[in-house]
Amino acid sequence: MSVTLTLTAIFGLAAAIAGGALPRGSRVGGAVALTWGACASALVGAVSVLHGGHPLALHSSQIIPFTGVTMVLNPLGAVFIIATAVVAVASTLYWIGYASHGLSTRTASAALPLFVTSMLLVPAAGGVSTFLLLWELMALSSLVLVLSEQSRREEARSAAQWYAAMTHSGAAAILFALVLLSAHAGGQTFADIASHAHHLSAPVRAAAFLLAVVGFGSKAGAVPFHVWLPKAHAEAPGPASALMSGAMVNLGIYGIVLVGNELLGGGPVWWWLVVVALGIVSALFGALYAATSSDLKRLLAYSTADNMGLVLIAVGVSGLFAATGHQTTASLAMVAALLLMVNHAVFKGALFLAAGSVQIATGTRDLDQLGGLMRRMPVTGAVFLVGALSVSALPPFNGFVGEWLLFQSLLHGLAATNTAVVIALAIGVAALALTGGLTVAAFVKATGIGFLGRPRSSEAVAAHEVPTTMRLGSVVLGSLCVVLGLVPMVVLPSLERAARSVLRAAPSASVDGWVTLHLTGLRGVLAPVLLFAGLVGTALVVAMLRRASHRPSHAWSALRRTEPWVSGRELQTARMQYTATSFAEPLQRVFDDVIRPSRDLDVSHATESRYYIERVAYRISSDDIIERVFYRPLIRTMRRWGQQARSLQNGSVHRYLAYGLVALVVILVVIA
Amino acid sequence: MSTLAHVISAVVAGVVQVGVVCVGGPLLLGLMRKVRSRLEGRTGAPVHQPLLDLRKLFAKQRVSPEQSSWIFPAGPVVLVATAVAVAAISPLATTHPPLGQSSDFFAIVFVLLLGSVFIALGALDTGAPFGGMGSSRAMTIGALAEPALLVAILAMSIPAHTSNLPALVRLGLVHPAVLVSPTRILALGSFLVVILAESGRLPVDNPNTHLELTMIHEAMVLEYAGPDLGLTILGESMRLMLLLGLLVNLLIPWGVANRPGALLFGVGIVVLAAKVAVAGAAIAVFEVFTAKLRLFRLPELLAGGFILAVLGVVTAVVSR
Repeated sequence: MSVTLTLTAIFGLAAAIAGGALPRGSRVGGAVALTWGACASALVGAVSVLHGGHPLALHSSQIIPFTGVTMVLNPLGAVFIIATAVVAVASTLYWIGYASHGLSTRTASAALPLFVTSMLLVPAAGGVSTFLLLWELMALSSLVLVLSEQSRREEARSAAQWYAAMTHSGAAAILFALVLLSAHAGGQTFADIASHAHHLSAPVRAAAFLLAVVGFGSKAGAVPFHVWLPKAHAEAPGPASALMSGAMVNLGIYGIVLVGNELLGGGPVWWWLVVVALGIVSALFGALYAATSSDLKRLLAYSTADNMGLVLIAVGVSGLFAATGHQTTASLAMVAALLLMVNHAVFKGALFLAAGSVQIATGTRDLDQLGGLMRRMPVTGAVFLVGALSVSALPPFNGFVGEWLLFQSLLHGLAATNTAVVIALAIGVAALALTGGLTVAAFVKATGIGFLGRPRSSEAVAAHEVPTTMRLGSVVLGSLCVVLGLVPMVVLPSLERAARSVLRAAPSASVDGWVTLHLTGLRGVLAPVLLFAGLVGTALVVAMLRRASHRPSHAWSALRRTEPWVSGRELQTARMQYTATSFAEPLQRVFDDVIRPSRDLDVSHATESRYYIERVAYRISSDDIIERVFYRPLIRTMRRWGQQARSLQNGSVHRYLAYGLVALVVILVVIA
Repeated sequence: MSTLAHVISAVVAGVVQVGVVCVGGPLLLGLMRKVRSRLEGRTGAPVHQPLLDLRKLFAKQRVSPEQSSWIFPAGPVVLVATAVAVAAISPLATTHPPLGQSSDFFAIVFVLLLGSVFIALGALDTGAPFGGMGSSRAMTIGALAEPALLVAILAMSIPAHTSNLPALVRLGLVHPAVLVSPTRILALGSFLVVILAESGRLPVDNPNTHLELTMIHEAMVLEYAGPDLGLTILGESMRLMLLLGLLVNLLIPWGVANRPGALLFGVGIVVLAAKVAVAGAAIAVFEVFTAKLRLFRLPELLAGGFILAVLGVVTAVVSR
């Protein structure tokens, strides 16, 4: 079956060439068809690994000089490949309809298949050089996609700069981590590293792990390395943002699990406390900014940081349990982490595709300019609603099962003896709960302000539903949210196999049952299907009773439509509604000390008397506090250093020769 | 008893529980209003007045704002459906409700949250300023109440090694020492704060207000009329009864049938009604002597609830 990996690469390259070379009419269609080929072959390989249990291995010494290409696909990688492939199929289907809106250039059509292919192959990389090559390819192709709308929006350029800087700093950290490991292990394949990991000294292991957490954490959008994420994900065009948020950020999690569990075979408690802390900060920070953001895609991007924080909490908790010898809860937490990741891929993909549709239909992402879209774009609206309910972890949608598993693992894990662990868990639960509440508020806002009520601008009034392929692409992911919520057993056995292989645990099912979900060895049962059937059945009965309660003898119709109550006011406008900003105002005030928004109140009085106010202008901007407090000063300092360093280069050849001489002397002194 | 008989008795128990909550919720509302009226020196409407109101409302015409979508009429239906589903599987009168195995405390809380979310969305769908105002405030309070609630559940679940709700009630019946443990008391204190916040009682929200600008819950349901308003009132009162029922059963579980059987179940229903009536009357008395808190003072109240819950977890872990 290792041929599936080769096929994936070939299909992917063919798709990129088709996207770059075919004429405009057939370009996107050809690229999409070939990308699906890549996805299909990767899926076949991944499923065979998860069901056959044998890793796929492939080695070729030709493609990269000195090291060759090493591919090893194990169950953990297979799970990530499946998540990527599902999001990719839906997003590329969506791309067919989206292409006519500026995403059919040769560059974009070549970059998108390359992006998908590199994401499909990163989890199958079996050696340091192969991994880094694919990782860079993924970063560069996505960078091109972020830039693809730069001619229309100035912000895309700055977003791409942030993304490029952050992703390459991250890649540098990853490079150091992996090179450190391979240098000490004496081999550059992951198998070599894993087999030598136990002979490494503790500082080397810790350094490699921390570097990996920083590097991969920045890809996953972990706070404080997240600054690029709300910019790049918001500026990337629809299908690319779905791929970045649904699939690419997952690979950051993959990297942390790869280095922490697969290569180093787990570590001491404090490693995992670092991961849990990073997760808690990301979850809270992301949820808070999502709740107060009024840009639809920025809101979704911050929510991605929030969700990746939850996955990091689960990964860290799993590591904590493994380090304190609680294998059952460790594997449960790892399953929860993987399920949270898969769920996030599906619902965030659906949400970003729906947001892309809104942007196409109205030309704006500003929630304060939207409204009334549920009636104008019923399919997109329904998909967004399903995604919003899923991300809010409401049953019977998919987000709920993942959070429930995480809660169960935390609950049962409190049996752990280590005090530090117990405190970490208690804080983790509190953070999880606050995050949940803020997420619900954020997505009630996004759905309610964006899709319900009256349209707030002429663009929203004129909005109409997007082309069929775009609707289909988002519906695919939207319906998966429901399926995974009702029958999580579709994926749970595979996730468990992956979790077992990661933790090297004995094969014992920890979650079982198609209709009622049992935790084996622990007391916890959930019946999503029955719950859903009960809810839908009752809702239908209640709706029928409401219809029947209407007395037919009356002359009036059952439903009358009229203006809403505005304290007796006759003239009503859409501007009287709450906006996203006003909706979030109470939360913003409660968390004022954390967000510290800059407010600007400008009152101009009438000339006749100070008691008459002519005009009031109120501006509030809540730009990222970490960007403001940490990154901006950093950039200023670097720019200042850069300015000073310019005086070293005055164009004089003599001076440069003197530099060379000094450098040579210094090197000789150091060596001697 | 055979499995089939078990299933049938569980289903019957579930149906009866739903019926009791459907009728008991509005009666609880009437009782609380009555207590309040008497303390304020008024005669007040009869206890069954809410039921009469509901009958009247269900015979009326439905009115919907002009610009609203399908979310607006769906709100009350989802609210009632979630309350009914929770009423069926919760350990109200028996610790053997239908699907009792999967009657998980976390799941129940999230199902009720689904109802709140739909009402908040329905409020935004009206296209009127008051709907958005209520929705924004309710979501703010909800976001701050959720940590207290979930941590309280966790605290109660640690000694029981499960978050299964019937098991939590049963633990109190079998080992009454649990009931006076600091964990249970602190967690239930936190739960009470959350109940006051979530069901819009004083000091969080004034259910009797007529001034739109001070409203939270009432602002959200301002546009519902006729059967939709009836469903909203029914749903909200059912939720109040459910939450109070769970609170009293976790506090004083005696009377809840621990074995299947019609007689025990009947006793369970009567005891439940009595306990909820006492709890509701107590809240009504408390409301007479309490003023509504400012919206921006509420985080302090909810943070207090949260701290109680965290202390509950700490005591649970220490006394493990």
